Amino acid sequence: MYNKQLFAHVRGDFPILKQRFQGQPLTYLDSAASSQQPEQVIEAVAEFTRTSYANIHRGLYHLSELSTDLYDRARQRVARFIGVEDAPTVIFTRNTTESLNLLAYTWGEKYIEEGDSIALPVLEHHSDLVPWQQLALRKKAQLRWIEIRPDGTLDLDSLQEALTHKPKLLTFTWVSNVFGTINPVEEIVRLARAQGPITIILDGAQGVPHLKTDVQRLGVDFLAFSGHKMLSPTGIGVLWGKRELLERMPAFLFGGSMISSVKRDRSSWDVLPNRFEAGTPNISGAIGLAAACDYLDSLGMEEIRRHDQALMSYAIEQLNNVPGAEVLGPLDVNQRCGVLSFYFKGIHPHDISTLLGREGVCVRAGHHCCQPLMREIGMGGTTRASFYVYNNEEDVDRLVAALGKVAQVFKGVECGPGCELRPRKVLVQSGHRQLWPACCPKSQCTTCLAPSAHNRALSNTMDSCSPDLTTPTLNVDLTTPRSQQVPSEGGRKDA
Amino acid sequence: MPNTASDNLINDDLYRQIILDHYSRPRCNHRLEHPTCSVEGTNPSCGDEIELDLLVKDGVVQDVGFVGEGCSISMAAASMLAEAIKGQPVAKVRQLAQAFKARLLSHDDAQAAQEAQGVDIGELEALDGVRDYPVRIKCALLGCNTLLTALDEAQKD
Repeated sequence: MYNKQLFAHVRGDFPILKQRFQGQPLTYLDSAASSQQPEQVIEAVAEFTRTSYANIHRGLYHLSELSTDLYDRARQRVARFIGVEDAPTVIFTRNTTESLNLLAYTWGEKYIEEGDSIALPVLEHHSDLVPWQQLALRKKAQLRWIEIRPDGTLDLDSLQEALTHKPKLLTFTWVSNVFGTINPVEEIVRLARAQGPITIILDGAQGVPHLKTDVQRLGVDFLAFSGHKMLSPTGIGVLWGKRELLERMPAFLFGGSMISSVKRDRSSWDVLPNRFEAGTPNISGAIGLAAACDYLDSLGMEEIRRHDQALMSYAIEQLNNVPGAEVLGPLDVNQRCGVLSFYFKGIHPHDISTLLGREGVCVRAGHHCCQPLMREIGMGGTTRASFYVYNNEEDVDRLVAALGKVAQVFKGVECGPGCELRPRKVLVQSGHRQLWPACCPKSQCTTCLAPSAHNRALSNTMDSCSPDLTTPTLNVDLTTPRSQQVPSEGGRKDA
Repeated sequence: MPNTASDNLINDDLYRQIILDHYSRPRCNHRLEHPTCSVEGTNPSCGDEIELDLLVKDGVVQDVGFVGEGCSISMAAASMLAEAIKGQPVAKVRQLAQAFKARLLSHDDAQAAQEAQGVDIGELEALDGVRDYPVRIKCALLGCNTLLTALDEAQKD
């Protein structure tokens, strides 16, 4: 259980949440896209702007020295937040996307060659997918995909298979922005390093805001994350890397601040971190991010984790009681954090989120910048509620109540036209593999033929089946009607 | 088989009953066997997709079919549009599509009426409510924009 008193106080720190939307309290459940900012962060940026602002570095006057000092201290603060002692290895960028592109254009351009392999999970956000896909196309390198299991966790057998190709690079997300799955970073790193020399990038966009971060313990070579998902303003992100790797990388953007000397025909680069921070950086953003680190540490990342687990557990329970709603991803709150994607009655996620929005419930809907994953699970998109320190059980209750109104508007249209035509490849709840959405009469687990969550209240067979989750890929006949299909091997396990 | 939306008692300004009816029972929701042209349309930001087939002969849209995946607004709009253009002369179809598009992109009813220039868009008026949801306008226009591209394609041949 988490410290309810502490978190009741937290909500009051966020001025935006004091607003009402058409008389309703604002229910902000979109922090995985962008989090809100507490008074402490807003004030830190405002105070800096009011009293200390000037461009950093070479200004030989009081204000510039003050500004430079605050910017450097912000870097040290962020370094401490992720367990880094060598502060210059923390590079400020705009966001995770820029951090990963920086790597693709520097490390990637230097080290990836024709015929090389790059391993990455199919559940990656486009920001950790497209830069590598494009690099692979430029270099004639191969992408080696790591598949997911039906419950939304990473398939470690598939990882092993990818590793047999001796990839030079493994890049993966700490936490899935669709399923909320926490990938076992240390185990993945151990398996990858056991195969030989490999460079490992961790996309921490969803992980760092929620989980205590210590790059030494995680064992990765690079970590990318964004400030705006952890209580900071937009436009500030981080790339951390091991010093020996950063120093061997070519420069990325050229211009002011990043040089040590410029001649008419050549230039040389400054040391870390300047060499990767061309131009005037986001000074205010860095100061905001440092203040956000202070705020998060004042709550304690362990306490934040407990709060998230309690909220997640409550949300899963409540959503599972809503007829026609299905939570995607692992149900074990130890395996997930931050986000909760769900499916609701065959109603398109955009229709759901428009209707929820009218009730003051802010969620995100669609492919969540994970189109390959959506194709993999056979869904056009999901509706996603995501939580952070300022959310509480009442937010979940308002979400559930608003879903009731969605159901009312769409009464009688429980299945969309695509529903029968486009069965899903897997259902990601309880490990049951299910082709059809819960609202379809056809909905049954394809492995054990147990009825779906939809019918759980009627027949309590859901829990009596523990399908084998180790099979990496599910081959499904999407063309033959189920009634004409030969039952799969192992068929009915329960009575 | 899903019920029709006719037992939906809520009269919503966006999700009108006729929209939900077209969503649950889309018209012309199939591919054509020998189309004059087939055009694919997508909304990259939301992932909605539509494939539209036209059979154009003697300057008339003899047949139309579409399949797609998307929200109720995009699918219902495509269905209503398909139904409205079947059997109509190409010139009239183009006029209708343009009038519908102008109407959705206008700010209010007065401007909408002016933009439509006297073209009767029939059932498609039910989508007027979408104007109050700026991010959803592109959903309502997916089928329409795809149709306009398809008409250009058809006339090339």
